[in-house]
Amino acid sequence: MLTRTEQAKLALAEAGPTQPMTMIQALRSALDVTMARDDNVVVFGEDVGYFGGVFRVTEGLQQKYGKSRCFDAPINEGGIVGAAIGMGAYGLRPIVEIQFADYFYPAADQIISEAARLRFRSAGDFTAPITIRMPCGGGIYGGQTHSQSPEAIFTHVCGLRTVMPSNPIDAKGLLISAIECDDPVIFLEPKRLYNGPFDGHHDRPVVPWSKHELCNVPEGHYTTPLESAAVFRSGAALTVLTYGTMVWVSACAAAETGIDAEIIDLRSLWPLDIQTIEASVKKTGRCVVVHEATRTCGFGAELASMVQERCFYHLEAPIERVTGWDTPYPHAQEWAYFPGPERVGAAFKRAVEA
Amino acid sequence: MDQQQPPATPLQLHVPEPTGRPGVATDFSFLHVSPAGEVRRPPVDTPHSETQDLAYALIRVLDEQGRAVGPWVPDLDAVQLRRGLRAMMKTRIFDARMLIAQRQKKLSFYMQCLGEEAIAVAHSLALKAGDMCFPTYRQQGLLLARDDVSMVEMMCQLMSNERDPLKGRQLPVMYSYKRAGFFTISGNLATQFIQSVGWAMASAIKGDTKIASGWIGDGSTAESDFHTALTFAHVYRAPVILNVVNNQWAISTFQAIAGGESTTFAAKGVGCGIASLRVDGNDFLAVYAASVWAAERARRNLGPTLIEWVTYRAGPHSTSDDPSKYRPADDWQRFPLGDPIERLKVHLIGLGEWSPAQHEQARKELEAEVAAAQKEAESHGSLLDGHIPSAASMFEDVYRDMPWHLREQRQQLGV
Repeated sequence: MLTRTEQAKLALAEAGPTQPMTMIQALRSALDVTMARDDNVVVFGEDVGYFGGVFRVTEGLQQKYGKSRCFDAPINEGGIVGAAIGMGAYGLRPIVEIQFADYFYPAADQIISEAARLRFRSAGDFTAPITIRMPCGGGIYGGQTHSQSPEAIFTHVCGLRTVMPSNPIDAKGLLISAIECDDPVIFLEPKRLYNGPFDGHHDRPVVPWSKHELCNVPEGHYTTPLESAAVFRSGAALTVLTYGTMVWVSACAAAETGIDAEIIDLRSLWPLDIQTIEASVKKTGRCVVVHEATRTCGFGAELASMVQERCFYHLEAPIERVTGWDTPYPHAQEWAYFPGPERVGAAFKRAVEA
Repeated sequence: MDQQQPPATPLQLHVPEPTGRPGVATDFSFLHVSPAGEVRRPPVDTPHSETQDLAYALIRVLDEQGRAVGPWVPDLDAVQLRRGLRAMMKTRIFDARMLIAQRQKKLSFYMQCLGEEAIAVAHSLALKAGDMCFPTYRQQGLLLARDDVSMVEMMCQLMSNERDPLKGRQLPVMYSYKRAGFFTISGNLATQFIQSVGWAMASAIKGDTKIASGWIGDGSTAESDFHTALTFAHVYRAPVILNVVNNQWAISTFQAIAGGESTTFAAKGVGCGIASLRVDGNDFLAVYAASVWAAERARRNLGPTLIEWVTYRAGPHSTSDDPSKYRPADDWQRFPLGDPIERLKVHLIGLGEWSPAQHEQARKELEAEVAAAQKEAESHGSLLDGHIPSAASMFEDVYRDMPWHLREQRQQLGV
């Protein structure tokens, strides 16, 4: 089994010359590459046109491809997704942006009742090959409506694919895969990782992506397959099932506790790579699930349940979950809420000592 | 406080009520019906702000004697008119037959469009091949007006049988016919209205010449997607016709509760910067003429048009509804705009292009055609005999390719 770094090196070797990129630049590169390859790819959302997006992900695209390919939208999430579904039915491949994942709720009907079910209810007569990008996650003093991780709402919906990258190389490869996928994809981008990895140590200076080898992103076209997890760190003591910012927090917790954790970055949340999960837990016999989202009925419950069903006779300890608390995301209590390396490390210890 | 102000009176919540209830006749004066031929026909490039008066008037062509009068008289010959009449009759007979089939438990559910046949049928004649309609569940006339959609196939959908093109996944009447420009119907109201705008935007992005036609009922205009669609259509000047079918009722709720009291649904279009018309929905000629006007406007890149079709939901909301519990039993007989089939029939007879005998003959032919289609559809199964699509097909088309968890679940079901 290749480690995350080995896989990344392979990608580097196969996909031509690379450039150091932040996650923002990598995502922009993915949009640029697909817009150049396919005239049917269009990009729109609030502030994504002239201004280039509040996080700069779409910067320069309007200038390069024109206003009919990249444009600003009214502040209406249901309208943005609904219009994208209509465009998809026509034959375009729209990529829309919801400015913050916390603001997808007005589009819930269009996402759940329409995009996810178009192919099924029309027996393939109509499809929704759309990608819905949403910055998500906390750790940025975003308070209640700039920090949420609503992935469980999407993973529960049949017909959707839910994806979340944790580094620039995956961000570009997964976004290109999402755009080229004929199923509707919810593409969640941890905004905490936009400019650099974050291990939960908010008291230390932020290290930019340029200091990490996962920033060396191929300039051209390449894909990171959906439904493929990555072993971020291989280990023997326990399996950590995680994604997004928590990949980095979990790696930090492993280093600080000295526990030989095998950290699996799911990348595709649903449908997911069950084989990698199953093989790892059967090897280690222990499992900790880590996510920022609130605990009850969070995606971790599904992960824990699957591991219990498939690896029961290999388990040597109860499955642990380290998650956000079952409260709205607070402002002042950011670091008491955010599952940092200390809380994650404590769970690792409980799991190996059980 | 200013001592001069009168003492405050207690506030009162206003809850609109229909004038008619079971046993009490409806006062239809709220409709503001313009005489046939009276309302002007502006050029198709008219600015939206100059359609204000049209949004409060009522465009009508056929007068009380069935004569076509005024500036909206369309360019339709007798062959086309007879074709339209036949399609409306076919739609009504199809509905009546399927209502009976539902009562016989051959299908679980049905929704008629009784009294609203002219709108979908005449509108469909104004569109071109490749245009896309985003219908509600009450525009079956869009399909029944076409020669390339078989009634047998539609009935197989209604019966969820082995030949159901939607493989038994959808509630009856939720058709999908991409090849006929008929978008997949959803149970969620109003969602398709903004999707039609997006489809039209796509056509404009690609420099195409196709237009979209979105559909919504009076009640559903209260959904947020109605306002969304108007905003996007206006902002991007999308080539779309936004049809509001005001049949006065949303199940048991009178259109005043949807926001129609002392205003019109057409007026909401003008307020959003969209050229808007209010049209007699039971006047086949007016429906065709207004649809052609809006289609030309869209096709010439002059932007969207909102059309409020004023009609009456003559039948029950669905086979699960009993309108005698909330409205007068004789309401349709008293509705000022009458019956669309009867009105076109009188017009054609007045032209010397139709006769009561021909009408009777056409009715018999269509009844036989519908009965034969039903017989053939039933030969492929119905809910009664359990000849339904396979349970294994239930797991298909959730995604383009079946993921592992669905393959696993299909195996668990043992199919």
